[in-house]
Amino acid sequence: MTAPAAETWLKVRPEGLYCVPGDFFIDPLRAVPRAVITHAHADHARPGHGAVLATAETLALMRARLGAAAAGASQQAAALGEPLTLGGVRVWLAPAGHVLGSAQVAMEYRGRRVAVSGDYKRAADPTCAGFEPVRCDVFVTEATFALPVFRHPRAGGEIARLLASLALFPGRSHLIGCYALGKCQRVIALLRQAGWQRPIYLHGALMALCRLYEAFGVPLGDLRPLAGAAKADLAGAIVLAPPSAQADRWSGRLADPVTALASGWMQVRARARARGVELPLVISDHADWDALNATIDETGAEEVWVTHGAEEALVHAASRRGLRARALRLIGYGEEGGEADGAADGEAP
Amino acid sequence: MKPFAALLERLAFTQARGAKLALLQRYFAATPDPDRGFGLAALTGGLRLATARPAQIRALIATRTDPELFALAYDYVGDLAETVALMWPDGDPGAGPPGLAEVIGALERASRPEVPARLAAWLDCCDASERLALLKLITGGLRVGVSARLAKVALAGLGAGRVSVEEIEEVWHALAPPYGALFAWLEGRGERPDPAGAPSFRPPMLAHPLEAEDLARLDVAAYRAEWKWDGVRVQLAAGPGGRALFSRGAEDMSAAFPDIVAAMGFAAVLDGELLVVREGMVAPFADLQQRLNRKAPSARLLASHPAGVHLYDMLFEGEEDLRALPFAARRARLETWFARVRPARMTLSPLLTAADRATLTALRDGAREAGIEGLMLKRADSPYLAGRPRGLWWKWKRAPLSIDAVLLYAQHGHGKRGGLYSDYTFGLWREDGVLVPVGKAYSGFTDAELLILDRWIRAHTIARFGPVREVEKALVLEVAFDAAQRSARHKSGVALRFPRISRIRADKPAAEADRLATLLGLIGHADD
Ligand SMILES: [Zn+2]
Ligand SMILES: [Zn+2]
Repeated sequence: MTAPAAETWLKVRPEGLYCVPGDFFIDPLRAVPRAVITHAHADHARPGHGAVLATAETLALMRARLGAAAAGASQQAAALGEPLTLGGVRVWLAPAGHVLGSAQVAMEYRGRRVAVSGDYKRAADPTCAGFEPVRCDVFVTEATFALPVFRHPRAGGEIARLLASLALFPGRSHLIGCYALGKCQRVIALLRQAGWQRPIYLHGALMALCRLYEAFGVPLGDLRPLAGAAKADLAGAIVLAPPSAQADRWSGRLADPVTALASGWMQVRARARARGVELPLVISDHADWDALNATIDETGAEEVWVTHGAEEALVHAASRRGLRARALRLIGYGEEGGEADGAADGEAP
Repeated sequence: MKPFAALLERLAFTQARGAKLALLQRYFAATPDPDRGFGLAALTGGLRLATARPAQIRALIATRTDPELFALAYDYVGDLAETVALMWPDGDPGAGPPGLAEVIGALERASRPEVPARLAAWLDCCDASERLALLKLITGGLRVGVSARLAKVALAGLGAGRVSVEEIEEVWHALAPPYGALFAWLEGRGERPDPAGAPSFRPPMLAHPLEAEDLARLDVAAYRAEWKWDGVRVQLAAGPGGRALFSRGAEDMSAAFPDIVAAMGFAAVLDGELLVVREGMVAPFADLQQRLNRKAPSARLLASHPAGVHLYDMLFEGEEDLRALPFAARRARLETWFARVRPARMTLSPLLTAADRATLTALRDGAREAGIEGLMLKRADSPYLAGRPRGLWWKWKRAPLSIDAVLLYAQHGHGKRGGLYSDYTFGLWREDGVLVPVGKAYSGFTDAELLILDRWIRAHTIARFGPVREVEKALVLEVAFDAAQRSARHKSGVALRFPRISRIRADKPAAEADRLATLLGLIGHADD
C-alpha cells in the first residue's frame, strides 16, 4: 500500500492549515472548533477556539494574554513527545526552541509523517527547551528570516555590545525594545548569564509574562517596574519595553536614553535606521538562513512546505538540493498589531 | 579591523554629536598606532587607495553565492556592500581579521585589477561587521556622518586640554596618515608638528540664520549686506610655501579645482564662494555639482564648467593676520588688494546698500535669480572669529517655494536608506494633461513617513525598470525647493534647487496637483 500524499489529508483552508482525518487546525487564523497551537504568540494563538491542544506552558501563556474565557472553551495540555490519536492520526508535540512552551506539531497518518515547525530557532536559549528535529516525510517550515543575508550573530556577542555601550555611556539609560513574550525574557536571561546582576526595569506590559516564566522555573533576577523608579536610578540602567512603547511619553523620564531594539530585522541597516534606533541588537527568536536550511536537511524530509516569510528564496534553495519545495501562502502570520513590529517590518512573533 | 568596524557600526546609527565624539575619542584612545591613524584618515577622507568598482564586487560575490539568491537578497537590502558583507560565507574563524594598517598598506600599493583577489582573501578572515567595514573602505563609501571637523574635536579631547581644535587645524595640512607625530603631540609625547610654510586652513567664521525676532531687533545701520551666493564656501590660502583651496570643513579641494589654484599666484588667505561662472554670470548650483563630483576634472569639463570665486573677506595679507580688524577695515584692505592684484577667475562680492529694514526685506525677497540664496548681514565692526559667534553675522535665506507634485517613480536609496524606496521622482501636469517629471527628492521626510512611502510604493507599483518602480499616478507630495532655474537638460525645461518632500498630501487627489506652468512662473528672472 502506498501512503496517501500529505496534501490529500493536510490542506490549506481560509482558516489555516487543516488536518482532514484529525479534524483540527494548526495555529488557525480565526476561531475554529478544534485547534492545535504551536506557541502563544498572538498571530499563532488566536482567541475564541473551541477545544485547544498545546503544551501546558503555551496554555498558561494563552490564558494570561487572552483571558481564560478566550483561550479555548476546553484546553488539553500535551507533554512534549507524548503521542495521542485524533481520528486515526497520531499527533505529538516536539520542542521548537522559539519561546517558552513552543512546539512543533508532528503527525503520522497511514505511514506518512509530517512535522509543522511553528516558529523555531536553533540558537541556545536559556528560557525554553531546545529545538529537536523530527524525522519526517514532509517538513512545514516557517521562513521569517529566509534570505541569505540573515545570519544571526551569537546572541552573547550582541549582549556584549550592549554592555560595552553601558560602559561607554554610564550616565545614559539603555532602553531596549523587545517583544513581551519570549524576546524580553531571553534578553534578561542572557544579561544575567553575562553577569549583569543589577535591577532591570520593565515597562508595565512586560512584568506579568516575566512572572509567569519564573513560575515555570526560569529565574530572571531582580526585575522592577519602571513606573515607580526614581529618575536617578534609571541613569545607566537597562530598561525593557515593547517596541511600540519606545516613543511613549514615559520614556521622557529616562536619562538621555540610548534606544536599542532586539530583533532579527536589525541585521539590515536600512531597517534599523528606519526605526530610529541607536543601538540595533541582532537577537532573534527565529531560525536564520543557515539554520533553516540545515534543519530542513536534518529532518530528512523529501518535501518542504514553506510558510510565513520570504518563501521564494527558501523554496529556491531547497529545490537546488533536490527537494520538492513549495510555498504555502498562508496569509496573516507576523502581521497583526500588538507585538508585531509595524506591519511591513515586524519580526513575526 | 575589529575596532574600526565596531566604530563604524556605532557611528552609522548615532545622530547626537556628543555621542559621536565619545565614540571617536574612545576609538582614538583605545586603538594602537598606526591603526588609529589610518582610521582617522579613512574617516576624514585622507586616503588615496586603489578602490573597487561595483562591477568587481558583483563578480566576486558571484563566485561564492547562487545568483538568484543574491538577486533576492540585494533587492531586499538595497546596498551592494552590505548585501555582500552579510552573504559572504564565513571563512576560517581562527584566522582573525587583517589589521587596518595592513589593509591600507596593501591597497596603497595595489592596482585596481589586483584588488578583488586581495579583498576575497581578507573577507574570508572577517566576520560580517568587519566585512562591511572592509567593503565600504574599498568601495569608497564610509558615509558615517563624521566631518573632518568633528574628528579633530575628538582629537582635541584626546589632548585633554593641551591642544585646541584650532591648533590642530593649523598644522593639519602638514600631516599625513597615519599621523604618528600628531598623536605623539596630542598625548604629550612629542613636539608640535611644524607646518613649515605649507598653506594651512584657518577655521572660518560662520553666520546664524536670521529669524523674525532677530530682524525686529536688528540695528540695520551697524551691518553691511551682501549676497549669499549659492555655491560652496571656500578658503583660498596661498603663499611661497604653496597653494590650497579648502572647503569650510577644512577639506583640501585643490585637486578638483586646478583652474582656481592656477589663479592663486598671490600671498593671502581669502574667504569666498566657489561657483561656476560663465562670462560673468553665475551658473545654477547643479553645474557646480558636476565639478564637485569630479576629484580630477577632465579638460573638457574645465572648459564647459569654468569655476570662479566671489570674494567675501581677507584673513591674511602676506604674513599679516587681519582677523582682529573690524569687517569694514578688512573689506577695505580686500578692495585695495584686489584692485592691485586682479587675480583671474575672481571677483569681489559686491556690498549692497540698504538703509533700513524695508529695503533689506525687499532685497532679500527679490533675490530669485540663479546663484543667489539670500542675504548675508555682517556687523561692520565684527572681527573674524572662528566658529559661529552670536549676533555678528546673519544669513537670511529667501523663503522656500513649494509645489504639489505627483509621485511618478521610486528607487532604492543608497547606503543608509538602502532597501527602502527613498528616492522619488515627481511630476506636474502639462497643458495637454500629461504628467512631466520635474525633479527628484531624497530628503525632507521623517523616518515614519519613509516607511509609509515605502509601503505605498510597493503596493502601487505598475511597472519595474531595473531598480526603478513606476507607481500609479495617485499620490501627491508637497515639494519644497529653494529656487527654480531654467534648464535645457531637463525635459520639463526647469531645474529645482534643493527639492525636498515637505509633506505627503494623501488628502489631495492627483488631478489637483500643480501645473507645470505654475512652476515655470516661479523661475528666477536673472537669465531672461
Ligand atoms: Zn510566527
Ligand atoms: Zn512566534
